[in-house]
Amino acid sequence: MSPEAAHHPHVPGLAHHFDSLEQQTEATTLGMWVFLVTEVLFFGGLFMVYIVYRTWYPEAFAAASHTLNITLGTINTAVLITSSLTMALAVHAAQLGQRKLIMIFLIATMVLGAVFLGIKGVEYYAKFEEHHVPGPGFRFEEPQLAAHAQIFFSLYFLMTGLHALHMIIGFGIMLFMLGWTWKGTITADYYSPIEIAGLYWHFVDIVWIFLFPLLYLLGGRGH
Amino acid sequence: MATSTVLIPPRHYLNDGYGIASWLLTRDHKRIALLYLASVTLFFFVGGAMAVLIRLDLATPAGDLVTDETYNKLFTMHGVMMVFFFLIPAIPSVLGNFLVPIMIGAKDLAFPKLNLFSWYIYVVGGLFTLYALVTGGVDTGWTFYTPFSTVSSTTNVVPTALGIFITGFSSILTGLNFIVTIHRMRAPGMTWFRMPLFLWSTYATSLIAVLGTPVIAITVLLVAAERLFHFGFFDPRLGGDPVLFQHLFWFYSHPAVYIMVLPAMGVVSELVAAGCRKPVFGYSFVAFASLAIAVLGFLVWGHHMFVAGESVYSALIFSILSFLVAIPSAVKVFNWTATMYKGAVSWETPMLYAYGFIGLFTIGGLTGLFLAAVGLDVHVTDTYFIVAHFHYIMVGGTIMGYLGGLHYWWPKISGRLYNEGLAKLSAGIIFVGFNLTFFPQFVLGYLGMPRRYHAYPPDFQVLNVLSSAGASILGVGYLVPMVYLMWSLRYGRLAGSNPWGAVGLEWTTTSPPPTENFAETPIVTWDAYDYHAPVEGHVA
Amino acid sequence: MAAHILPKRVYYTIFAILMFCTYLTVQIAFFDLGRLNAIAALAIAAFKATIVILFFMHVKYSTRLTWAVVLGSIFWFGILVALTMGDYLTRSWRMFG
Repeated sequence: MSPEAAHHPHVPGLAHHFDSLEQQTEATTLGMWVFLVTEVLFFGGLFMVYIVYRTWYPEAFAAASHTLNITLGTINTAVLITSSLTMALAVHAAQLGQRKLIMIFLIATMVLGAVFLGIKGVEYYAKFEEHHVPGPGFRFEEPQLAAHAQIFFSLYFLMTGLHALHMIIGFGIMLFMLGWTWKGTITADYYSPIEIAGLYWHFVDIVWIFLFPLLYLLGGRGH
Repeated sequence: MATSTVLIPPRHYLNDGYGIASWLLTRDHKRIALLYLASVTLFFFVGGAMAVLIRLDLATPAGDLVTDETYNKLFTMHGVMMVFFFLIPAIPSVLGNFLVPIMIGAKDLAFPKLNLFSWYIYVVGGLFTLYALVTGGVDTGWTFYTPFSTVSSTTNVVPTALGIFITGFSSILTGLNFIVTIHRMRAPGMTWFRMPLFLWSTYATSLIAVLGTPVIAITVLLVAAERLFHFGFFDPRLGGDPVLFQHLFWFYSHPAVYIMVLPAMGVVSELVAAGCRKPVFGYSFVAFASLAIAVLGFLVWGHHMFVAGESVYSALIFSILSFLVAIPSAVKVFNWTATMYKGAVSWETPMLYAYGFIGLFTIGGLTGLFLAAVGLDVHVTDTYFIVAHFHYIMVGGTIMGYLGGLHYWWPKISGRLYNEGLAKLSAGIIFVGFNLTFFPQFVLGYLGMPRRYHAYPPDFQVLNVLSSAGASILGVGYLVPMVYLMWSLRYGRLAGSNPWGAVGLEWTTTSPPPTENFAETPIVTWDAYDYHAPVEGHVA
Repeated sequence: MAAHILPKRVYYTIFAILMFCTYLTVQIAFFDLGRLNAIAALAIAAFKATIVILFFMHVKYSTRLTWAVVLGSIFWFGILVALTMGDYLTRSWRMFG
């Protein structure tokens, strides 16, 4: 045993290669932020493709966007914003060491996330029925815009699909957090896992905050 | 804190646990570095085998060794293997993983389990790509230009794209680990400006990895998706723009070349300081130059697209910015040279590689400036001039830096000294073989021989034969170190803590180091290259 | 993290603002404002994202390093967009008159 170990009584949650809980918390928080940077650039590539083709085909993009269900999209936006609130409240409860409250808010976040995914599923099914899924079966109401509308729908499915995948991963992270909270690992002194899970979830919310207007609110909608 | 006087400590990271599980489930950054060493070496030889076949085919003007299709697959796989599975990970994941915690006085990286996971991701990605190779290969060029890669190519584009996608995460997570470690885990007294320059280079490299790699990740995913689902983002028939692929691809792939060369520059800074027993001239200029290269490197990608169809105005902007990015690299070359001036210049093997780097990187870098000029680039683009340019930097630069670093830190990593005579001989063989292989290619390119062709006019044969001869010499040069380095593990002389008499935290601990790196956390009160003031803990 | 514990009413306030902005952005979309539609939508989205970052993600109370990381990521995405669109927007320009 190195002389080091004799000086460090076991601190719950402290990994051996860190000198203090504070250093560990700072490191894990910075780590999550750096990871979110990579996510910004990852989604950013898709946003870049969107920007180019939106610039090239404004008419087709507007026409395609109008076929999306703005009501469901708005509801989903509200659902996701609410889930961000419950997540922030979960972190708040963690800072105060309120175990039961943490679990309630985590579960609320997960429920809202599931609602979001359910509504998304409904929307995807509608697109499938309208033959707006890109591929050999694609058909668009205005034939002269069809080719470029297909690009819109390709982006729609890719961007919302990637977003949904991130939500599912977030779901998994919440489950882990729920388990740790239930076991008592999370305390007012050691709650950074909840905090960084929150950072991830808020990021997923921010992506949707941009996806919603770009996909659903293009151009002036008559109806 | 005194330098250990034992030649080899009884307990160190190599004998701290035996058996395959202790290696495959290790959290120790030093063991993970060796796991990477084994895997990058494997991929290097796979890529090298492709190169052998390419140069054999090019020895004769007719494309008669392999078919056209096979030749396309050879240069594609050579590029993919070398770029993604050797040049990008080699120095960061081998030398970086081993040295970053030790150089800052920490026990490990910030996220040891993530580090192990990064290695597994790298291996899985590599296996995907090897699978694509053995089941038919890819023929698109490592650049995957659309719409050929998304529509017309009949080869294993999707598995290769997925392999690159997966491996990209290894690069991202390693970079993330390094950034957090350097920010948050420096030992008491280890301020930013007391850090060895290798850490500044590694930090800058990690910034590029974190910012750029996600874009290539989404881009290869788009290629795979387009191929599978016929989306049309890059297909003109469906309203897409092939040049958009190139923007996205090069947004990463240009900074990627700085991921490949910055760590080698970091190694050279260490080698020059130790080899001349002098602080690096203009330390802060070199440190900031690393950051400048990282930032400016993101602003120049369009110089790969001068003839692709980007607008003339865009080309002008990218051209000017490409001239700018040469400046910090030049600053480094000047400062290394100034370090050598009136230094106690040594001729040991690592230093030979460093001097080789400085010369060859200068040639490669200057030819890059030629290419930044749009007028000249239009003339030589897609010729062997380009091939020579980047091999001077990748092989003459990065690989020499890698080998120099491997030799310099080998005593620390293994506790043993290698055979200096054989090592010098290999360095010499590599230098001669390298120049013989690639210098003729500058001439060939200028004369108009296109790249990626295996049939060429008979007038070009002499230069091609010289190049192929050089390649065979270079191949020998690479094989010899494998032999004597492995031999030294068993039979080499014990190295002791500081065989070079160098300044640096890594030389204050034993060779090999203990698992936790230091018996006690160091407290740093000296500058990075304090060769003039003997400090307790350093061999004067 | 050096715990700056925000009172819950801050979170509720931000939530209310976010919901209102969502309502606002949907309403604006029903008017045809030409170019302004996109600008308004993006401006509102940027504002929403900003308050999520500052308050839900605690960046307002975080270190300068965190600020640098957040701003850096936006700036880098900006590089991708600016230099790529620099190509697309100038493709139809005639050369030197």
